[in-house]
Amino acid sequence: MKAVNFDVLGDSPRITKACGVIAMSVCLLVTIVAVTFSSLPLRCVLAQQTAPAAPAKPVVVQPGAPGKPTKVLPRTTTAKLPPLAKADVQFMQGMIVHHEQAVEMTALIESRTESKDVRSLGARISHTQADEIAFMKRWLVSRGQPVVGASHDMHKHHKMSQDQMDQMALMPGMLTPKQMEALRKASGEEFDRLFLEGMIQHHGGALDMVKDLHDTAGAGQEAELFNFATDVDSGQRAEIRIMQAMLEKLPSKEKR
Amino acid sequence: MNQLPTTTLRLLAAALLLGLCLTGKLQAQTPPAQESTKPAEQKKEEQDLPGVEKAPPLPAGMTGSDAADPRFNLKPGLFDAGEVAKGLRHIQLLKKPDAFQLGTEDADDPKVKKTLGSIGVPDSPMIPKPFKLVMAQLAFANSDLAFKGKYLFMGNFYGVNIYDIADPTKAKLVTSMVCPGGQGDVSVYKNLMFMSVEMPNGRLDCGIQGFPPAPPPAAGAAQGQPLPAPSKERFRGVRIFDITDIRNPKQVAAVQTCRGSHTHTLVVDPKDKNNVYIYVSGTSFVRQSEELPGCSAEGPDKDPNTSLFRIEVIKVPVAAPQTAKVIASPRVFMDARTGVLNALSSGTTHGTGKPAFSDQCHDITVYSEKGLAAGACSGNGILLDIKDPANPKRLDAVNDPNYAYWHSASFSNDGSKVVFTDEWGGGMGARCRPNDPNVWGADALFSLKDNKLTFAGYYKMPAAQGNTENCVAHNGSLVPVPGRDIKVQAWYQGGISLMDFTDTKHPKEIAYFDRGPIDPKMLVLGGSWSAYWYNGHIYSAEIARGLDILELTPSESLTQNEIDAAKTVRVTELNVQSQQRIVWPNKLVVAKAYLDQLERSQALPADQITAMRDAIQTAESSGLAKGRAKLQSFARSLKENASNAQNAVDGNRMQALAEILQRPVK
Repeated sequence: MKAVNFDVLGDSPRITKACGVIAMSVCLLVTIVAVTFSSLPLRCVLAQQTAPAAPAKPVVVQPGAPGKPTKVLPRTTTAKLPPLAKADVQFMQGMIVHHEQAVEMTALIESRTESKDVRSLGARISHTQADEIAFMKRWLVSRGQPVVGASHDMHKHHKMSQDQMDQMALMPGMLTPKQMEALRKASGEEFDRLFLEGMIQHHGGALDMVKDLHDTAGAGQEAELFNFATDVDSGQRAEIRIMQAMLEKLPSKEKR
Repeated sequence: MNQLPTTTLRLLAAALLLGLCLTGKLQAQTPPAQESTKPAEQKKEEQDLPGVEKAPPLPAGMTGSDAADPRFNLKPGLFDAGEVAKGLRHIQLLKKPDAFQLGTEDADDPKVKKTLGSIGVPDSPMIPKPFKLVMAQLAFANSDLAFKGKYLFMGNFYGVNIYDIADPTKAKLVTSMVCPGGQGDVSVYKNLMFMSVEMPNGRLDCGIQGFPPAPPPAAGAAQGQPLPAPSKERFRGVRIFDITDIRNPKQVAAVQTCRGSHTHTLVVDPKDKNNVYIYVSGTSFVRQSEELPGCSAEGPDKDPNTSLFRIEVIKVPVAAPQTAKVIASPRVFMDARTGVLNALSSGTTHGTGKPAFSDQCHDITVYSEKGLAAGACSGNGILLDIKDPANPKRLDAVNDPNYAYWHSASFSNDGSKVVFTDEWGGGMGARCRPNDPNVWGADALFSLKDNKLTFAGYYKMPAAQGNTENCVAHNGSLVPVPGRDIKVQAWYQGGISLMDFTDTKHPKEIAYFDRGPIDPKMLVLGGSWSAYWYNGHIYSAEIARGLDILELTPSESLTQNEIDAAKTVRVTELNVQSQQRIVWPNKLVVAKAYLDQLERSQALPADQITAMRDAIQTAESSGLAKGRAKLQSFARSLKENASNAQNAVDGNRMQALAEILQRPVK
């Protein structure tokens, strides 16, 4: 059992106030039954009594630009965040749609190829992107934003004709319905080639989306989104390079 | 006074005191509790909340984390979570200061509404309550630690907090320095403090406002000129502060880099007293050349001056830190013969067959005394010769079939071993679930001989953690127990784990501390970012909760003598990624630690150990006035035994023990 510790943030207003109340009540009690209570561990009283002897209180400061003086901020300062940009929300909504297609593509692997390399790569991509979809949904919901962006919510509720699908704006790099159809129909080495080419195109689009985000004024400043966009960028950049190497090894490439 | 009223009064007063203490929300620590959550109830609620990752099935032939460990299923809570420890005692938690959080722990607090409003989030009943609390969990996350004298410097995505740890049982906050930009990794050297900044909200003037987004076009008005994204006020790189006045740090320089600084490493050249060097590891996007001339995100085939595939070296003149600047951008992934920049990203040519790609280092640990650095560089672990700090040269590179992301590295004290970590999932994910393989997101132990790294074994904190606990290998430091290689390490919400890697093929856990998840229903980012030993105690930067201070307690895996021997090592500064060689004084307590180890490994006969302990006791209790001759005779026989020892580890212990017995100091 750990002792109650009163030194934490020893001078925060909340704690000082609480200790004040404790001290008052304790004083009352102590006055009445001081002798009888000699065995009680009156740690609150002790903490309150030693507080005035404590050294200087912590300061909150904010440095200036290099060479400029440092400002002292009020001790009651609490943290604030930079503004959320519309582009941040659109990035997340768009990337969910983008990732969903990657998961859809990897789901085809099981029944269409025996390539160990492609299966292992697909498992990793599927795992990562499914996790990231969950993360993006959480990010949007926790900010009161719809998970489905305005340009894509029709997709969920209406059955569209092939023509409508073709015309629908896809996120950068996404495979067209025709490309997806070709992938579904392929198997063996042909599938491996289409899958790798398709996923390289798909990942390339994600890199473009990250670049667009950072090229937009005021976007990408939110820490979780920044961290996520950085992971997408470095992770998919690496996977593109790995897939290019796999593609070079495929015999079917020469036949084309 | 009769007995009954006294007892009643005692109880009443005790209850009153207890109640007041609790309502004051003071630092009440709950005893270690192991209440498991109600699975059925939890399952239903999880379905309503996106963002909880369920572990996929364990890959064939692999072993998961241990769900029978007492660390699995601890009671959840931010400040009332269940705790369990072995070989470690938790001394103190200093909560994150108000200046570094939104100022409330109550989802219904108007402050939450106000904060959400200020960043454009509507006050919507659609937002589940626990979600409101996790807003910006990363924006105010505690990060890495540095130490100097009696001060501890805790980095944060929002600035730095400086604590006085002269008395680790009564540590206190001294300075909260607001200066956002993430991750806020810190190092200290004499009167200088260095800080990493990588995010686009970083400003030269430490402002918290970031940069304004483009306003929505007014209805009917023509589309105006869009705001330019580049800004001369933006700062991404390494800040340098003068901390001569610990309560008034002054920014003296801000050295801009193309990818910002995710982490940095202080490099002290033993031959150059006038300058220190900073290795910058940038992992983020390359900014536009309109913002910082010369930056280029093109591939090396298109632009030989690409900002990718390199690290940066900053030279800091100690007497004039304001003149610090980037003096080199070493191409550490280059093939020295062909000049190809991306030599470690050529698919399957390196390592054990798994394709790898490296265009960045995540973290570099330097061991200047040995002229070596170990770089954890996304797709590879690399070894660098840094005898000329401005021109590091790659000596070796390794790959690993189970590694996702090479994150950090540390050397053993004698430089014969390197521990790498794999930050699978980036630290934001739950990766210690029962179905997560125990060789993914783990430490990989390599032996280092003749500048070649050779794989030996893996170590992953063995306990399973829940779906809502972010957990993977993270930052740690050596614990200076003589005669053994011990590392204390942070595992995010997996807690703190001490690993003995004396035998790199069979590393084992010898102590731990863990709390339950912050929230049972959703993954709220938290846990230990860095856990480091500094002058006798273990300090842990808890991302969400604050600063934890712990101490080692004796167990069957670690004796009091070994702990006391570790405490004899004192340093004046500690930057864990700038490794200093640990040197133990010739104190008899260090000798006793070696004896305990030789007893544990049964390297010496029991009667000989008892006789030596008696002789040490005699010498110690007389203040080294008596029994020196006896110690010296033991020293001679130990040196003979050392050469016949069954293994090198025990042989070295006997040698070191003999040295102390020959020349003991008080």
